[in-house]
Formats: sequence, structure tokens, C-alpha cells
Amino acid sequence: MPRIFAYIVHSNSAADDSAAELAAAARRIDGAQAPAAIVTGWGAGLDAVCEATCAQYGEVWKIANPALAYPDAEVIRKALVNVVPRGSIVLAPHAHFGVDLSPGLSIKLNAAFVSDVVDIEGLEGGWLKLVRQEFGGQVSAHVRCDISSGAVLNIRPGAFKPWDGAPVHGQVMDHSAGAGDLTVRRRYVETVLSEAGGVDITKEPVLISIGRGIQDRDNVALAEELAEAMGAAVSCSRPVVDAKWLEKSRQVGSSGKTVKPKVYLACGISGSFQHLAGIKGNPFIVAINKNPKAPIFRVADVGIVDDILEFLPEMTAKIREQR
Amino acid sequence: MEILVCAKRVPDTSENEIALNAAGNDIERDDLVFSVNEADNYAVEEALEIVERAGGMVAVVTVGGDDDEEVLRREMAMGAKNGVLLSDENFEGSDGRGIAEILAAFVRKGHYELILTGVQADDGAAQVGGMLAALLDYPFASLVTSIDVLDGGKLKVGREIEGGSKEIYEIELPCVLSIQTGINEPRYVGMRGIRQVASVPIATLGKADLGVDGHVGDAGARVKRLDYFVPPATKGAEMLNGGRDQAIAKLIELLRSKGGLQ
Repeated sequence: MPRIFAYIVHSNSAADDSAAELAAAARRIDGAQAPAAIVTGWGAGLDAVCEATCAQYGEVWKIANPALAYPDAEVIRKALVNVVPRGSIVLAPHAHFGVDLSPGLSIKLNAAFVSDVVDIEGLEGGWLKLVRQEFGGQVSAHVRCDISSGAVLNIRPGAFKPWDGAPVHGQVMDHSAGAGDLTVRRRYVETVLSEAGGVDITKEPVLISIGRGIQDRDNVALAEELAEAMGAAVSCSRPVVDAKWLEKSRQVGSSGKTVKPKVYLACGISGSFQHLAGIKGNPFIVAINKNPKAPIFRVADVGIVDDILEFLPEMTAKIREQR
Repeated sequence: MEILVCAKRVPDTSENEIALNAAGNDIERDDLVFSVNEADNYAVEEALEIVERAGGMVAVVTVGGDDDEEVLRREMAMGAKNGVLLSDENFEGSDGRGIAEILAAFVRKGHYELILTGVQADDGAAQVGGMLAALLDYPFASLVTSIDVLDGGKLKVGREIEGGSKEIYEIELPCVLSIQTGINEPRYVGMRGIRQVASVPIATLGKADLGVDGHVGDAGARVKRLDYFVPPATKGAEMLNGGRDQAIAKLIELLRSKGGLQ
């Protein structure tokens, strides 16, 4: 059985939620093995992350280097290629950092790569059987991965329950000396924070959220009218922002805002995991979608199969009538 | 600047409801409507806009069969000068690594300074761009939402991170970037535009032309999809049936009880 490593994303001296989820995913691959964590960085906060990670991982491989002060995937990939033993299984979260890091890492380690893994069914011979989703979550797929020369697996955030076994008292092992040459042809300049919009959707108790199903810029008014009648605010999913029909500050999702309303009306939204990741606080979710197979119906409390372009104005009229 | 865009033909999820077939092991493929992967159109538009500002030319490449030519023609109708089809029966069954190997072999035969892919295909894994960069030993950035051409063979790129924030990097050419949707507004392509490029010859290159081996095709694939399935619903929504009027009445009642009507 190959060794299993998890790359620990961290910021402000604390490990990301994915650290405990990867600890759980690793044990689904091999329950007999306490997996190893890899923590890279520089400065005072690094040791705190390493210490905190010891409860879940049998070994914590620390790689400290000034070049690793900012988590630039190009630099970290070089360090990992120099440190990770060939033939290992490496886990990383399938988020913006893992998407940058992992495909190239698999090439440099000559290992198989599977992205956005949502479940692990186990080993069958030399193959690892995994579950992914395709077409925005409309269907799932079993995938088998040849691990004979190792594998890099990007694990979907939230797909595995955080590992909560008894602390394993892992050892911190300093592998900084093995990091090697870390020069790259990409240089981190700065982080530009998101601009605040006119309406702060993160503070709104009721959201009318529209997706691709709104179909046209002119139809956005249908949601705005319903929002006005209900005393709600309008938010949206990514395609609406991509089409420039609403500002980025209205977007709910992992690349947009995290909202925590009491009531969330998802109108013409299919329900990709990136969108759902932006909805917190267990709101009452209503989904209205033409496609009865839309994944949003799996997470909504109440569902209506209908065309939002007809449904929304009739709903608006009915609410106005009752005022 | 010579720019290469890698594009893919995929089932169009805005036109199709993806469902399982009767046997329950694959998606229903009859009557599927195919189109260019959405993010790839943004990549082509970005390439065209860079060329409009900085000069150069845009080529578009895809790996596939005869059906995939339509992808190339659509992107040529947008303004790409050349379309190249990488096609060989030995390519069939390739995994992401295999596709990246085929594309890398093609890139090595040209003089491209910038290679763009869409961030992810609807049926894909957001993997080929990063693999291609690693095979070529080029720098890479994913989820790119802005590109500025700097002097001295460099680009300034923004990449999307969480919460609507953006990381800014300087990256040296040649490089590979995966383009996020929303970076620009892809130009409209009408039937007339498609007709104008309908008879432009498209170069087709195979395994021998590219000199690619290993990791390609079914035999080289270390990652294989076994089947498709729909997982059982965990909870699932309570569906409001019985027509629109009834659904609206019930929904208003529910919203009142949940505090959804202010």
C-alpha cells in the first residue's frame, strides 16, 4: 500500500477545514494507515499549523522556506516534487489552490490524477475506485485510477465529514532541507479584495437568487419585482455574472459571496457545488427549475418544476394581490 | 504574439437534460446537442482581444474525430486564423494525461508563446491545462479572470480565489493559462460567419505526425470512467405539484411561516 500524504492549506496560522476532511478521505483509502500531512510556509504561524495538524496525521512534514511565505502553487509544486516519495498518493482540496497545483504535480510525480473526488469506494486490485460528478452534478460517475505509480487526488471540499477519531499524536518532521531549488517563472504580486456592491447580500434575510434559467438581461426585472413585493434582495449564480447581467457582488458561491439568509429562493439555478458552497446557516431553500433532474432539488426543502419566466411574474402578482 | 487555444466539443448542458440511459450505465446519448465548451469560447475571445491590442495570430486546436471539426469552425468564425484537428484511432480512450501529451506534442512543433484552455469542460476535470504546462515545463496559472500584456515577455494575470477576490501574478512567456468564464464577453457568431469558414481546410495530424507515444489512448490511460449513475436522493425536496396556481398558494403560505415575506 502506498503512503498517503495530504497537502494542508492554511492561512493566519490556522489549517483550512479541508485538513480534517482530507484526514478522513485518506482513511477511506487505507484505514490501517495514519496518513502524513505536508505543511509548507514560512514564519511564526507555520509551527502552530503543524502542531494543530498532529492530532489527525501520523506524521507532519514541515517545509519552511522564505520562498513559500505566500502559497503560490507553482513554488509549492516544486517543493513537493523534491520531497514527496515517488509512488505516494497525494491529496489536496479541489478549490482554487488545488486546481492550480495538482494537475501539474501529477505530471512531475508521474502519478495518475483525478480531480473533484466526492467519494472513495476503496481498492480493487491495483485500482482505486472513486466517485466524481459530471455535467454540473446532474450525473455521477465511477472512476478507477491505477495507483501503481502513485496518484494525486483533488478532494471536493465538504464531500467528506471531518475526521474525528482519537488524536494520533503525530510527529513533526522537518523536511525543509529537501525543498531544493524553488525558482519559478511566475511571481505573486498582490491580492485584490472583492469590491463591495450597493446591496450586501451577505446580510439579507431573504434572497431571490437567479441562475442561467433567467435567460436574458431583460428578465432580471422579473426577479427584482418579486424581491420588491416580498421585501427581499436579488442574488445570483455565476452564469448571470458571467453574462454581466448582475454585478459580481451579487454572486453566491465559492468564488462569490457566502450568504446566510433565513429563506433562499433558487430560481433557474441548477445547483452546482460551487454555488451551494456559498449558502450557509441552513436556510429554508425553495428551488424553482424547469429541469426536474436539476441537482438543486436534492438539497432544497421545497421544489417546483416550472419555467421561472412564467412563474415569477404570477407569484409577484399573487403577493401584491394579498397585500 | 502567437496564441494557441485548446477547445473541446461537449454535450451542451443548457440545451440538454443529462440523464441515464435505459441500461443505467451511461448517459443517454441519442439526441444530445453538442457545442463548444463554454469556457473555451471565453478563451478564444481573450486570445482575439490580446491580438487586437498586441498583434499576432490565434490558432485553435482540438483532439477528437470528424465531428469535432465543427468546434474548430465555430472558433474560426469568431476570428481564429487556423484550426487544427489532432485525430488518430490510437488516441481514443485517452485520459486527461493522454490528451495533454497529444497537445504537448503539437505545441512542440510550433512557436506559440501563449496557450489558453477553458478552465474546465462540462464533462471534464479542470486538468489538461495544468498537465500541458508541466509537460512543456512552462509556467501555469488557472482560473484566470484578467490578462495584461507587459513589456519584456511577461503577462500580468489575475486569478479568481474565494469570496470574489483576485490574486495578481506576473508570469513569463511562454506560459499556459486556464481561462475562467466571465473574463470577457465572447463575440456573437452567426450562421453567416460559420458559412464563411465552412470550406477553409483544416489540418489533421495523427499519432505519427506528432511523434507522440506513451500514456496515449486506452492502453495508456491510468484513469478510466467505469459508468455513470445517479446517487439516491438523501433527503430531496418536497415537490409542490398540482399546477402553478396551487404551487404559488402553497409557497406563499410556506414563506409566511418561514419569515420569507417581510
